[in-house]
Amino acid sequence: MEQAQLMFAATGALIFVFGLVAGLRDDSLLGRIIAINISGVGLFLLLVALAYRGLCQAADPIPHALVLTGIVVAVAASGLAIAIGRKLDELRNSSHRREGDSS
Amino acid sequence: MSTNAWLPLLILWSSLVPGLIIFSLDESRQRLRTALNLIGAITKLLLVAGLIWGVYRELLFEFRWTLAPGLDFVLHADALSVLFVSLSTLLWLVTTIYAIGYLEHSPDRSRFFGFFSLCVTATVGLAMAGNLFTFVIFYEALTLATYPLVAHKGTPEAIRGARIYLGYTLAGGVLLLTGAVWLRTLAGPLDFAQGGILGDIPGLDPDALRWIFLLLVAGLGVKAALFPLHGWLPRAMVAPAPVSALLHAVAVVKAGAFGIVRVVYDVYGVEFSGELGVLMPLGALAAFTIIYGSVRALSQDHLKKRLAYSTVSQVSYIALGATILGPLATIGGLVHLVHQGVMKITLFFAAGNYAETLGVHRVSEMNGVGRRMPVTTAAFTVAALGMIGLPPVAGFFSKWYLGLGALEAGAGAWVIPVLLASSALNAAYFLPILYRAWFLPAGPWPLENHTHHRGETRPSLQWPPMVTAALAVLVGTFAAAPFSPLEWVELIATREYR
Amino acid sequence: MSSLLVLIATLPLMTALACLLHPRGGDQLSLVASMIQLVASVLLVTELPSRSSLSHALGGWAPGLGIALGADPLAGWLVLLCALVQFATTLYARFYFCDSQARYRLWPLWWLLASALYALLLSGDLFNLYVTLELLGLSAAALCTVGAAKAEALEAALRYLLLGLIGSLLYLAGVALVYAEYGTLDVSALRTLISSSPASLASLVLLSSGLMIKCALVPLHFWLPAAHSSAPAPVSAVLSALVVKVAFYLLLRLWFELFTPVVTSAFATLIGLLGAIAVIWGSWQAFRATRLKLLAAYSTLSQMGYLFMFVPIVMALPEGDTRQFAYGALLLLAVSHGIAKAALFMGIGSLQQHLGHDEIDRLGGSARKLPVTLFAISLAGVALVGLPPSGAFLAKWALISSSLVSGQWWWMLVTLVGTLLAAAYLVRVLGAAFAPTAAAEPALPTCRLALQQPALLLAVLATFGLGFAASPVWDTLSLSPPEVQR
Repeated sequence: MEQAQLMFAATGALIFVFGLVAGLRDDSLLGRIIAINISGVGLFLLLVALAYRGLCQAADPIPHALVLTGIVVAVAASGLAIAIGRKLDELRNSSHRREGDSS
Repeated sequence: MSTNAWLPLLILWSSLVPGLIIFSLDESRQRLRTALNLIGAITKLLLVAGLIWGVYRELLFEFRWTLAPGLDFVLHADALSVLFVSLSTLLWLVTTIYAIGYLEHSPDRSRFFGFFSLCVTATVGLAMAGNLFTFVIFYEALTLATYPLVAHKGTPEAIRGARIYLGYTLAGGVLLLTGAVWLRTLAGPLDFAQGGILGDIPGLDPDALRWIFLLLVAGLGVKAALFPLHGWLPRAMVAPAPVSALLHAVAVVKAGAFGIVRVVYDVYGVEFSGELGVLMPLGALAAFTIIYGSVRALSQDHLKKRLAYSTVSQVSYIALGATILGPLATIGGLVHLVHQGVMKITLFFAAGNYAETLGVHRVSEMNGVGRRMPVTTAAFTVAALGMIGLPPVAGFFSKWYLGLGALEAGAGAWVIPVLLASSALNAAYFLPILYRAWFLPAGPWPLENHTHHRGETRPSLQWPPMVTAALAVLVGTFAAAPFSPLEWVELIATREYR
Repeated sequence: MSSLLVLIATLPLMTALACLLHPRGGDQLSLVASMIQLVASVLLVTELPSRSSLSHALGGWAPGLGIALGADPLAGWLVLLCALVQFATTLYARFYFCDSQARYRLWPLWWLLASALYALLLSGDLFNLYVTLELLGLSAAALCTVGAAKAEALEAALRYLLLGLIGSLLYLAGVALVYAEYGTLDVSALRTLISSSPASLASLVLLSSGLMIKCALVPLHFWLPAAHSSAPAPVSAVLSALVVKVAFYLLLRLWFELFTPVVTSAFATLIGLLGAIAVIWGSWQAFRATRLKLLAAYSTLSQMGYLFMFVPIVMALPEGDTRQFAYGALLLLAVSHGIAKAALFMGIGSLQQHLGHDEIDRLGGSARKLPVTLFAISLAGVALVGLPPSGAFLAKWALISSSLVSGQWWWMLVTLVGTLLAAAYLVRVLGAAFAPTAAAEPALPTCRLALQQPALLLAVLATFGLGFAASPVWDTLSLSPPEVQR
């Protein structure tokens, strides 16, 4: 493994771990979603580093395919999480308003 | 599949199928429900008659179905299973008739009779189980089928009683399961065989076998109400009277005792268990339970509770008989399986009649009931005298053979005193009831249920105790006739000690 | 019969699309599709004995680049389980969601979840498995929100989604390590490649922990009770019966087929220990639960624990009949729990719709009003506790017997205690249901039979069907034991 490749891989792994730890903490919803996304980015960095086969040589396509799929999945998941979060907010607000009306 | 495989299966289905149909019936379809019940009971009786004849001719009845590798579901009819099958089939018929009368106009009857049929299905299956695995299946199924019956009334008391019942029996089931699995891993498929199977297998660790025996007997002893595992039985008397009759005489308690007999005779083999030295402690426990149950019965004012403790005591005769080496004791113990059933069911029918007609639940309220309800009380008297061991009622023969067997085996020194003490105690708790019922002036009843029938109570309640009391006398009087329980048990004993 | 594999894998996806494009026909489409799926799965399982495993390369692309579908007995039986539960719950969901708008939203997601399930069971490539896992997590979380009117339900769904994502990321990290070490992700190729090394161990731990979040093994279980108990009943049924089960299936594949050189007996014992804790703790929490759905969710936790307890036992047994027996019992327990738990959740759903709540202490009188449902719940309970004549009884017998044979009798003790605890929580429910109606309760309308029947169907199947006709499970396994293929 070349030094550059190793650096990328190690950085990726570090970002992955940081993101994971942040995602597991009981933070705000948006914070957690972003943390999980960052963790994913770290993982993708690691995968891209693995695909490197040396200068002037084609990179290994399979990790790249993995990364592409992973990005799509991450976007979709973030979208779903935000959608649920918005619905949750609406529900909470309306119930607050109802409580406010009745009191 | 040959006819001989079908017969045990049909006997099982003859109560299973009506039971399942009854579940789906609407509450108001009383006629159809009664018809299904009776058709099932009578069909079963006829099939069992065929089975008795076949087993007497030494035909092989066996149904085998593989559930998992090395685990076969086996229904097998031998002389011992026929004894139990015919007892429960006959008493089921009578109890069904009684229950139809007893529960007239009460709610949830479809559920009740559905589970009633499942209960007898489990009992018959247990009687015909051909190996320990199948036995465990039906033993647990019996527990499950009786729980809704005990809880039937739905009162907090009934639900508590049912919960205690289930707690005891499921814990017992777990012990039995453990023992059975352990034994299966050591000794192979465990198909019951007269004379036992373990004695012929070389290289078994005797200590492991002793532990397994303890587990099995503890598991079975819960249902057989062996001291100190008997606690559920007096509490389960909150159930309706037909259910008590079923618990005490036909199904549950008998299933435990029958299981002990199976384990001693057909798994371990009576001689091999003697060599292992496990019979003596079991016999001592049984003897203690006999005395203990009788002593506790003395102080019970609640009639059904007194009868429950009497059951605790009487059922241990069966276990006692199984632990004494020799054909005569075997005869005494096994025949008590039938005799106790017939007598105890009569007592519970009568107790149910008192409660249903006069609202009498306690012994202290029974003054003069004999004059108000002579037929029921006569039946009660016959059964009570039989329990004490007065000839010619059936109970006498059990005790006679047990005593003879004990003498033959050289255990007379402790068994005979136990028998005598138990008889004296039985007399001490039954005779005062009889005295009150017949000779004391009639008191005001808690609840006079004015029925528009001419007899002392509804006919469907009055006939069953009469029939079973007559049966108790007949079985005793004609003990030597062919196909009487005593003769049949002698057949079993000769085959066991062959 | 490889076209069967293609049908099973693609039909749910096509149905999902069709339900999305033509929402009014969703009810009929779903019913027909679930029936076809059931028939196809039965055919698949009957096909299994004649060959050791089926496989099909989609579009003619060889495994490695293309997507290969494959089925061995383990996958085949789980496909059948999925099809069965899917069929019954589809029938049930049709009547459970009275509001047709909710059903329009339900069906596409419902079938998306199904396609994830089947694709996961039939895939033979670690990365495809990642994709199906993600699809499973997303569609399951989305399903939890269908018809949700309470904030708690949405919160639980959100939590479920985020934890699922974290689980998938861990899994993906494991996949990356495997690829870095061995240069392929094809399961059948990896089977011969993987050897004991620090990298293998690290990837095993990453893959396993990701999946263990998804199947809620203690101590990663905290999301499950809330998510499973606040979803609508048909969804809870599928989540508890199938979604956690397929994650466990993947773990089985990893531990028994791929990473066998890496999985030491200490590792297996650790897994078994976590399973044992799950059994006891889950049963205890179920016993203390005040709501029926929460009870069922905790019971899932403890039932999954039994499956994990099998791991050290099967590992310790020598290859051959005794191991086969235990492995088959493991599969049988998974199948029978799936069916019984689906029946339980559907029964609880009927009760909840009928009574307007699912509090155990207020069940009085329901035994008289909904006898069919109560009967179904009791039968499902029998199968969950593992009492005869259910399939779970056979499995527990095998569990106890195998633990004795392998000399690890302590698993037997856990099983026995767990069984008694399970019986205790079941009896609590039945006792409450048998009690007479509280006077204050309003008179209730009678429940539609159509809503009650699917639960009864599955409960009968789990109790009597699997109890008396389970031997084919062992028969198919003995023809192609996954351990022997190596």
